[in-house]
Amino acid sequence: MIANEEYRQFLESVRFVYGYDFTEYAEASVIRRIRSFMETNRIGGLKELGRLVMKDEAAFEHFIQEITVNVTEMFRDPQFYKSLRKNVVNRLATYPFIKVWIAGCSTGEEVYSMAILLREEGLLERTVIYATDINQDALQKAKDGLSTISNMKNYTENYIKAGGKNSFSDYYKAKYNSVLWDKSLRQNIVFSVHNLAMDKSFNEFQLILCRNVLIYFNQSLQNKVIDLFYESLCPFGFLGLGNKESLLFADKQKCFEEIDKKEKIFMKIK
Amino acid sequence: MEDKNEYHAIVIGASAGGLYAMTRILQPLPAAFPLPIMVVQHRAKDERNLLEEVLQQKCKVRIKQADEKEAIENGVVYFAPPDYHLLIENDRTFSLSFDAPVNFSRPSIDVLFETAADVFEERLLGIILTGANNDGAAGIRKISMRGGVTIAQSPETADYADMPKAAINTGYVRHIMTPDEISRYLLALIKK
Repeated sequence: MIANEEYRQFLESVRFVYGYDFTEYAEASVIRRIRSFMETNRIGGLKELGRLVMKDEAAFEHFIQEITVNVTEMFRDPQFYKSLRKNVVNRLATYPFIKVWIAGCSTGEEVYSMAILLREEGLLERTVIYATDINQDALQKAKDGLSTISNMKNYTENYIKAGGKNSFSDYYKAKYNSVLWDKSLRQNIVFSVHNLAMDKSFNEFQLILCRNVLIYFNQSLQNKVIDLFYESLCPFGFLGLGNKESLLFADKQKCFEEIDKKEKIFMKIK
Repeated sequence: MEDKNEYHAIVIGASAGGLYAMTRILQPLPAAFPLPIMVVQHRAKDERNLLEEVLQQKCKVRIKQADEKEAIENGVVYFAPPDYHLLIENDRTFSLSFDAPVNFSRPSIDVLFETAADVFEERLLGIILTGANNDGAAGIRKISMRGGVTIAQSPETADYADMPKAAINTGYVRHIMTPDEISRYLLALIKK
């Protein structure tokens, strides 16, 4: 189709000029985000967008921050966290020092959820959480650790369903409409930029979470990213994916064992 | 008015009251229905498979929840999973997205309709059913502008008339039908 061909060419030139590779993203999603960026910023068409972002780096930065931001929430899919508590935590506890990678952490809700869970299980003190994302604005929000009060009802429900052991309000301070996550949660978190489509493995982890990120990639890129996770896991390390994601298209599928089929938790077995 | 389009796919959008209308439409279809049907039914986000199970008990045609990257096949009715947008790729596979709700909805009918219109163009039939919001109206417009055919459930037969009315008000709905008429329209496609 001609329309999609134009998008492909645009993404090719973005890759060529700026080194950001979106050519292996799921096309329908990327196109939808680019279209909505053009609508919001009143840009008439792809040609105009191309002219704008190719010569103006600041405009490109703005564009990239807008189209790479993923939506997330605290304790999204509570059953997933429940399963982590049941199936993964006691294995993690056998390590003297625990490293967790949250890949594609976006604005950080999953990072803070994980920190709360690890604190309640008595493991946070000897854990370092590496929280990475392609999107710098989102990472900054994650570092700031802010949320809004209107989210708290939903988050509290999620927290309880996820097997939370305390009161969710123990973990934040509210002021006016804003909420600040408890600072002590942040002590063992390292935030940094990482582009799953292009960057390499940077450490070895006992647990990697990458939830609702692979859905935005095509099969080939999904496969590469699973390879990257495989390389970055210690033997018998755990991988947690989003509810609708799988290892179906991964060459390394056989190197993982399903720990919880429904909640998409896997263990590296060879 | 006779539609000359040779369809490759059907998309359906439904919200409140959708289960009943959907049952009327899908129940008469044979197991070997020659087209794929993709559906967004607004649903609770923690409901996992119930909708598919309930409908499958009543229908001969195969009903399933659409999987990430799954290839679209004829004779299957695919439902968008709870809390994800369902999109169609050029190679006729599904993508899911967790982008922000559209029209307060995730899955959103507009997202499915618009991506389907990009892929199937004039070979797409879009149907909008009962619902208490205006999701799907923009999608109906896009399907029509791409040359596809559009149907809205007649508001007086809809449990909630807002959604079909919003679609009709765009001026891009070609047929207004009761669920039984929609079902007959689909059955007539088999003989073509």
